[in-house]
Amino acid sequence: MLNYDPVLLSRVLTELTLTFHIIYATIGVGVPLMIAIAQWVGIRKNDMHYILLARRWTRGFVITVAVGVVTGTAIGLQLSLLWPNFMQLAGQVISLPLFMETFAFFFEAIFLGIYLYTWDRFENQKKHLLLLIPVAAGSSASAMFITMVNAFMNTPQGFELKNGELVNIDPIAAMFNPAMPTKVAHVLATAYMTSAFVLASIAAWRLFKGNRHIYHRKALHLTMKTALIFSVASAIVGDLSGKFLAEYQPEKLAAAEWHFETSSHAPLILFGTLDEDGDVKNALKIPYALSILAHNHPAAVVKGLNEIPEDERPPLYIHYLFDIMVTIGVFLMLVATAYWLGSIFRWQWTVKKWFFGLLAAGGPLAMLAIEAGWYLAEVGRQPWILRGYMKTAEAATSSGHVDTMLVLFSLLYLILGIASVTVLVRMFRKNPIERELAERAGQGEVAP
Amino acid sequence: MTLEVIGISVLWLFLFGYIIVASIDFGAGFFSAYSHWANKKHILHRIIQRYLSPVWEVTNVFLVFFFVGIVGFFPKTAYYYGSILLVPASIAIILLAVRGSYYAFHTYGGTERNWYLLAYGLTGLFIPASLSIVLTISEGGFVEKNGNALALDYGKLFASPLSWSIVLLSVTSVLYISAVFLTYYADAAGDERARSLLRRYALLWSGPTMLSALLIIYQLRHHNPEHYANLWTLAWMFAVSFLFFALTVWLLWRKRRFGLAFIALLFQYAFAFYAYGISHYPYLLYPYLTIYDGFTNEVMAVALIIAFIAGLLLLIPSLYLLMRLFLFNKAYVKGEWEGGKE
Repeated sequence: MLNYDPVLLSRVLTELTLTFHIIYATIGVGVPLMIAIAQWVGIRKNDMHYILLARRWTRGFVITVAVGVVTGTAIGLQLSLLWPNFMQLAGQVISLPLFMETFAFFFEAIFLGIYLYTWDRFENQKKHLLLLIPVAAGSSASAMFITMVNAFMNTPQGFELKNGELVNIDPIAAMFNPAMPTKVAHVLATAYMTSAFVLASIAAWRLFKGNRHIYHRKALHLTMKTALIFSVASAIVGDLSGKFLAEYQPEKLAAAEWHFETSSHAPLILFGTLDEDGDVKNALKIPYALSILAHNHPAAVVKGLNEIPEDERPPLYIHYLFDIMVTIGVFLMLVATAYWLGSIFRWQWTVKKWFFGLLAAGGPLAMLAIEAGWYLAEVGRQPWILRGYMKTAEAATSSGHVDTMLVLFSLLYLILGIASVTVLVRMFRKNPIERELAERAGQGEVAP
Repeated sequence: MTLEVIGISVLWLFLFGYIIVASIDFGAGFFSAYSHWANKKHILHRIIQRYLSPVWEVTNVFLVFFFVGIVGFFPKTAYYYGSILLVPASIAIILLAVRGSYYAFHTYGGTERNWYLLAYGLTGLFIPASLSIVLTISEGGFVEKNGNALALDYGKLFASPLSWSIVLLSVTSVLYISAVFLTYYADAAGDERARSLLRRYALLWSGPTMLSALLIIYQLRHHNPEHYANLWTLAWMFAVSFLFFALTVWLLWRKRRFGLAFIALLFQYAFAFYAYGISHYPYLLYPYLTIYDGFTNEVMAVALIIAFIAGLLLLIPSLYLLMRLFLFNKAYVKGEWEGGKE
């Protein structure tokens, strides 16, 4: 038997909750924007297909929101239950954005309720669309506030530590810490990107299965164009994040890039493995690229891990997480570009079955990149929970029941995961688009 | 008024809000499930669904508000309550998660299962029971402090008559509050059969809530004499609360003014809840933590209060819109307008 270690178990339980929650949270942030775009296009083109797209997405969205809400409640409470010492300290400086997050979420929840139940209540569809703005704004604002808290954990500021007491507290400075701009931008851009790819996957899957209905083509086209825009945005923000890390969190960048010695003209190491002596094998080295990523100059000096005290270095396996995130990000950007160019120049291979299969894989891949990115961000901050002030080991609960709770929550997430997917699949299988279009045409309500 | 008192008053208000909206929700779930097995589903199901559908998500937010707010205003509560509540709070989260998500799966995804309905009904009683334990713990006597480690004495907690009385009050209150509100709602919908059944439930549960509340006061005398003595200084508030209780029961009995009956119930609970809260002052957790030594710094407190006011300016009109469109919209309540339910 392993020894009971509340710190390790608290970490595992927090990781588990976040791993599960982030899937639904990402969808929760990105999909309202996609619904708004579809409904807007539908209104402008007076095309029922796009309106139906928005309606069907909304139906699925509600299911994911429910899981997002309950797992969000879970992580909100677990912060205090598993990390009481951290919350006691950090709560004095960073509770403002946490508090505002609940307002943003409240706002979103109210208008989502209204939006859901008022589809046919307005003569003018535009008024109904207006109700979606607070939903999308609220969910994005929630993401922004929570990411501010996470940014604060990476670059805490807005207080001074004197004799173990926090003094000169400035909540606004704490919110607008150096990590905030790139982190918030990265979280939002990738959430929109991932949601677009997830929705594109659904359309691509139908096309892959041989359904050539124009509805799915329109859905794919809309989502892929959006996905392209946000994958470019994510890449640009990713580059800025590299520059931020070089400046404020050099140990995270150095560990992620396996940059062991401070040097100029630093190459970027992609892929590869470490042997027993800690030497990099089988890697792809792009000359000067790390210097460019860090400081926008091929000769720039990049701080290596050798300058970081040994007990403050993040684990080196985060390099693999970096690889996964960047590879998927670049790959998806290329796929989206190919799709877009293919649609302009009428390339035949971008309407082939295998290409649809590739696009169908885009959603799950993007989600995998999100997970890898969050693991990179969180593990890359270790051994700190509040960088420079509190180590993760000092923050955890001393309770003797974390193991039992871990088992219970694992079961909960397993059940919720299976149930939400089953419900979603059944919901759309029972009511395919052909049937819905036929019913609407039959009612004489709209011409398809 | 000190910042500490403003902070705890705001939080107490949110907890009160949660108790009311959650009680309606939990009780509705229980009645819905009960009616299924008692062959009364046809009477109650529609009216309950109509109320719950657009508001289920909002209910949860009141709770989140409370616990995020209390950690914001009183960061030490994260340490004290966070350390001792791991098990009871985790159980409550899991029950809330199952309940919330399955409600959505059912309503929007069309899942129809008997065991699900059973779980939905029972969680409606178990969640308030598990959450109410926090109030019991706050009375002191269940937490041991060894150096820096805090531990909850489960044996003592489960053997305590006080904790069971509080559980009893939470469960009976859920059923009573919910029945009174739904009676009013059914009346507004012009659904006479549902109204008369719910009115019976409301009258049935009125007595037990009052008895269990008295039981708590009696237990408190032995468990926490200091708190008990403080209660007596606020006797007038409990008396006012009782008058409102009597008004609700009388109105229900005479089948008059169901809306007023529910408003009287709100005042009944508000007076009792605030009297309880004020008499608890200044302790957040007997005898370890008061609102003064647990308070955050002044800058943060002011920032939180400003954020709170700004947030309310945003939320109150939105909530008003939600209520006008659904809860107090005659056409919607009566079911003349299905609202494009997906």
